[in-house]
Amino acid sequence: MASFIQLLVSGLATGAIYALIAVGFTLLWQTSQTINFAQGEFVMLPAFFVLAAMNAGAPFWLACLIGIALSIVILGVLFKLIIVDPMLKYGVLPLVISTIALSLFLKESAKDFYSSQAQPFPTLVPATDIHIFDAVISTQSLAVLAVAILTVVALNILLTKTRLGRQMQATAQNPTLARILGIPVQRMVLYTFLLNAVLVAIASILVSPIYLAKFTNGETLGMAAFIAAIIGGFNQVRGAILGGLILGVLDNLSAAYISSQYRGAFPLIILIAVILFRPQGLLGRVEERTV
Amino acid sequence: MTRFGTAVVVLAAIAAIVAPFFLKPYGIFLISTWAVLTIAAIGLNLTLGYAGQISLAQGAFVGIGAYTVALLTPLGVPFFLAFLAAGLLCFAVGWGLGYPALRVQHHYLAFVTLAFTTLVFLVLRNEQWLTNGIYGITGTPRPSILGWSTSGARDFYFFCLGILALLSLATWWMLRSPWGRAFVALRENPLRALSLGLDTRRYTLMAFAIGSSLGGLSGALYAPLVQFIEPNSFALGLSFNLLLMVIVGGAGNFFGPFVGALVAVLLPEWLRITQGYYLILYAAAIMVMMAFCPSGLLGLAERAIKSLNGRRAGATAAVRAEGAGP
Repeated sequence: MASFIQLLVSGLATGAIYALIAVGFTLLWQTSQTINFAQGEFVMLPAFFVLAAMNAGAPFWLACLIGIALSIVILGVLFKLIIVDPMLKYGVLPLVISTIALSLFLKESAKDFYSSQAQPFPTLVPATDIHIFDAVISTQSLAVLAVAILTVVALNILLTKTRLGRQMQATAQNPTLARILGIPVQRMVLYTFLLNAVLVAIASILVSPIYLAKFTNGETLGMAAFIAAIIGGFNQVRGAILGGLILGVLDNLSAAYISSQYRGAFPLIILIAVILFRPQGLLGRVEERTV
Repeated sequence: MTRFGTAVVVLAAIAAIVAPFFLKPYGIFLISTWAVLTIAAIGLNLTLGYAGQISLAQGAFVGIGAYTVALLTPLGVPFFLAFLAAGLLCFAVGWGLGYPALRVQHHYLAFVTLAFTTLVFLVLRNEQWLTNGIYGITGTPRPSILGWSTSGARDFYFFCLGILALLSLATWWMLRSPWGRAFVALRENPLRALSLGLDTRRYTLMAFAIGSSLGGLSGALYAPLVQFIEPNSFALGLSFNLLLMVIVGGAGNFFGPFVGALVAVLLPEWLRITQGYYLILYAAAIMVMMAFCPSGLLGLAERAIKSLNGRRAGATAAVRAEGAGP
C-alpha cells in the first residue's frame, strides 16, 4: 500500500507535467490548427536556456525567468512568425512536415551547440523525503505537483475569468464569429503561442531535474503530450489535463506492477484503445470529420 | 508524360544501370541502399502523396519486413517466399493498424503510426528469444536466381534495381488502372471523390495497406543488403527519414520518391565536410522548402520548366504580335 501511494504521487507529478505540455498542444491546435510535432523539443529546449544563463553567472531563479523569456521569444513569437504563418495557407499537412523538421533541427542544435551529454539540472526545492504513514514521498514530487497545479489554476482563471481569456476562447471556438464581434483574432492567436511557450518552459524547468537536461528528452515528452491530448479529448483543455494525469499515473503503476520492459508500450495501448472505443477522447466533443 | 519527361526517365535508368561499373564498393553499397529505400518511399508516397495521410510507421514496416526475411531464411524458407511473406504480413498489419485510425479524424493516423513505430521497436528489442534483442541478426544470405548468385555487391545491386523496376512498374500500372485512379482522385479532390460515390475511407485504408506492404518488401531486401539488422535501425529516425524523402522529392509525384531517396542517401556523404551540422542543415532546408515550395524538388523543377516555356511562349507571342502589326 505504501509503495502504491508513492507510485501514485510520483505518477501524479509526472502526469501534471504531461498535462502542462498537452494543454499547450491543444491550445495551438484549437486556435490555429497547428499540430506541433516539435512540442516535445519545445520542452527539451528551455532547460538549456536556463543552464546557459546559469553558466553566464545568473542565479537559478533569474536563470528560470530568462529561460521563460527566451522561450516566449523563440518558441512563441519566432515560431509563429517564421514557421507557422508562411505555412498556414498550404493547409495542415505541410505545416506538420515543417514542425517535424523543426523538431529535428532543435534536437540537433541542442546536441551540437550545447552538449550531447545529459546535464544535471538544479531542483526547485532541496531533495528530501517526507514520511506520511508508511509512504516515503519526495519533496521533489510534491513541489512539481504544486507548481503544476498552480499553473493550471492560473491558466484556468486566465481563460475563463478574464476578458482576454474569453476572447481567446472565442477565437478558438469560432474565429469568423469572433472577428465579427470585434475580437482581434490574429493577436489572440499570437497570445496562444506565447501561452504555449510559457507552459512548455515551466514544464521544462519541472521535468529536467528528474530526467536531466538531454537533447533526446523531447521524443518521450512529445509523445506523452500527444497521447494525453488524445486520451482527454483533442478539443478540450480540461481533457488534456485529465489525460496527462491518467497517463502519468498509469505509466508509473504499470511499470511497477506489470512490466518495466514494456513501460513505453502501455501509453500506446491506451492510445489505441481510446481511439477504437472513444475517438473523441474522454471529455472531447465529437468533431465533424472532414473527409 | 511529355517527351522531355520520358527522355529524362530513360537517361536516369541508363545511369542507374551503368553507375556500378564506375563506383567503388562503398558507392555500390550507397546506390543499393538508394534502390531499397526508394521502394519504401514509393509505398509511403501512396499513403502520403495520394491518400494525404501522414504515416510515421514506414520505418517500422521496413523493420518487420527485414526481420521476417532474417528469421525465415535460416529455417530453410526460400528467399522469394520470405520476400512475399514480408509483403503480405505488412499488408495485413497495415490494414489492422489503419482500420481504427482512419475511422476517426484525419490527423490521427500520424499519432497512431508514431505509437506503432515505438511499439515495434520495443517488441524487437525486448523479445530476445525471437529477435535476439539489441545484438541483432547477422548474415542474412543473399538469394540466387536460376543459378545467378547475387552475393557480390554489384550483383546484389542489380537484383535490387530489378525488384525496384518491377515494383515501380506495378505501382505505375496500378495507378493507371480504373481502380488505382481512385487514389489519384483522393489526391486531387477528396470531397468530390466522396460525392461521386467513392468510398474514400476504404481507398485511403487500401493506399495505406499497400504502402505498408511496399515498406515490408523494401525491408526484405534491406536485411540481405546490410547483413546486420538490429532494432535501432528501425526506430522513429528511419520513419522520419522516409517521410522527409517523399516530401523532398515531391509528395504525390510518381518520381518524387526516386529523387528524394537519392538526396537522402547522397547528401550526408557530400555534406560530410560540415560534420555534425549536417542534420541541422537538412532540417533547415526542409523548413525553407515547405515555406516556398511544398511540392518538393520535382515541383520546383516543374515550376522552372513551366516558367521557361512560358517565357518562350511569351516571346513567340510578342514576335507574332509584332509581325501582325503595321
